[in-house]
Amino acid sequence: MEYLSLFTKSIFVDNMIFAYFLGMCSFLAVSKNVKTAAGLGVAVIAVLLITLPVNYLLNTYVLAPDALIEGVDLSFLSFIVFIAVIAAIVQIVEMLVEKFSPELYSALGIFLPLIAVNCAILGGSLFMQQKDFINIGEATVYALGSGIGWFLAIVSLAAIREKMSYSNVPDALKGLGITFITVGLMGIAFMTFMGISL
Amino acid sequence: MDAKLKETILNPIFKGNPITVLVLGICSSLAVTVTMKGALVMALSVIVVTGISSLILSLLRNTIPGRVRIIVQLVVVAMMVILVDQILKSFEATYAIDKQLSVYIGLIITNCIVMGRIEAFALGNKPWPSFLDGLANGAGYGMILLVVAFFRELLGSGTLFGIDILNRFGYVPNNLVILPPFALILLGCIVWVQRSIQKDLQEK
Repeated sequence: MEYLSLFTKSIFVDNMIFAYFLGMCSFLAVSKNVKTAAGLGVAVIAVLLITLPVNYLLNTYVLAPDALIEGVDLSFLSFIVFIAVIAAIVQIVEMLVEKFSPELYSALGIFLPLIAVNCAILGGSLFMQQKDFINIGEATVYALGSGIGWFLAIVSLAAIREKMSYSNVPDALKGLGITFITVGLMGIAFMTFMGISL
Repeated sequence: MDAKLKETILNPIFKGNPITVLVLGICSSLAVTVTMKGALVMALSVIVVTGISSLILSLLRNTIPGRVRIIVQLVVVAMMVILVDQILKSFEATYAIDKQLSVYIGLIITNCIVMGRIEAFALGNKPWPSFLDGLANGAGYGMILLVVAFFRELLGSGTLFGIDILNRFGYVPNNLVILPPFALILLGCIVWVQRSIQKDLQEK
C-alpha cells in the first residue's frame, strides 16, 4: 500500500517539472511537437528506472557513513559518483539500444546522450538521498513515478504548444514567454493534487 | 580594458542573458527564489562555479582530447560544486541556510549555463577572458534570480531578506506567489518586458 501511495505522490504531488522545475531545459526545448516529446519522455523514464536503483545501492552500501569502512563518511563524494554513474549508464543504454533495437535507436537517437545532463535524472538521485528510502523497492517505485510524471508533463505541454500556434499571442510574448506562463498555469493546476494520500 | 573584453562582460548581463535569451539553466534555479537569501546564496554559488570551472578548463583546453571532453568537464564542474557545497554546509548553522538548497546546489553540475559556457567559450579562448565570461554569465543568471526572488518574497511574505516591509501597513501575504508555478509566470513576464524593449529577439 505504501508503494501505491509513493507512486501516485511522485507522479502528481512531487511532479519533477511542476513542483521542482527539474529537467526544464530539455522540457522547453523538445516540447514543440507531441511525437518527439513522447520519445524523450520514454527515454527519461527508462534512464531514471536504471540509474536511481543503482545510485540507491551505491548510496546505501558505499557512500553512507560507516557503510564501507567503519568510521568513514564518504557522502561528500555523492555528487561526483552520481553524475559518473548516470553518464556511464546513459552510454551503456545507448550502446545496447543501438545493438538490439536499431529502430528505437533512430527514434530516440539524439535524445539519449542529452539525458546525461538532464537535471531530472540527477535530481531524482539527489532527492532519493534526501528522502531516506528504506529499501530498493521504494527507490524503484519513486523512479518509475517521477519518470511518468515527467513524461505526462512534457506530452501535455507539447500538445498545448501545438494548439497554441493557431492563437493570437502578443509579439513580444511569442515562443518563450508564453511557454513559461503556460507551464506556470499548468503547475497551478497540478497543485490541486497536493495533500492526496492513498 | 579593450572593447572586446568589455563586450564579454556586459553581453551576458542583458542582451545575451543566459536565462531569458539563451534559455539555459532554468532547472536548478527557480525553486530557490522564494526568499532573497536563498536566491543570493544560489547566485553567488553559480558565479563561483561558472567562473572558476571556465578558468580551469580554459587552462586545460589544449591538453584535453576532444572525445573525452564532456567527462573531463563534468569532473571539473562536479569538483567545484562539491567545494561550494562543503563551504555552504559549514556555514549552514551560522547563517541558517535552508537545507533543501543542498539538492539545488548539487544540480549546478547539470546546470546548462556551466557546461554551455565551457563548450561555447572556454574551450576556444584564453584563460582570462574565459574567467570573465564565466563570472559574467553567472552574474546574468544571478540577476534574474534576484529579480524573481524580489517580487516573490515581497508579495508572498511581505518581507525582503526576512525584514518586514509591507506587513506593517496591513498587507496580507499572497500565498499564490510562494507556490513554485508563480516563478515561471514571473519569468514569462520578465521575458515579455525584455522582448518588448529588444524587438530583434522576438520569435516569429
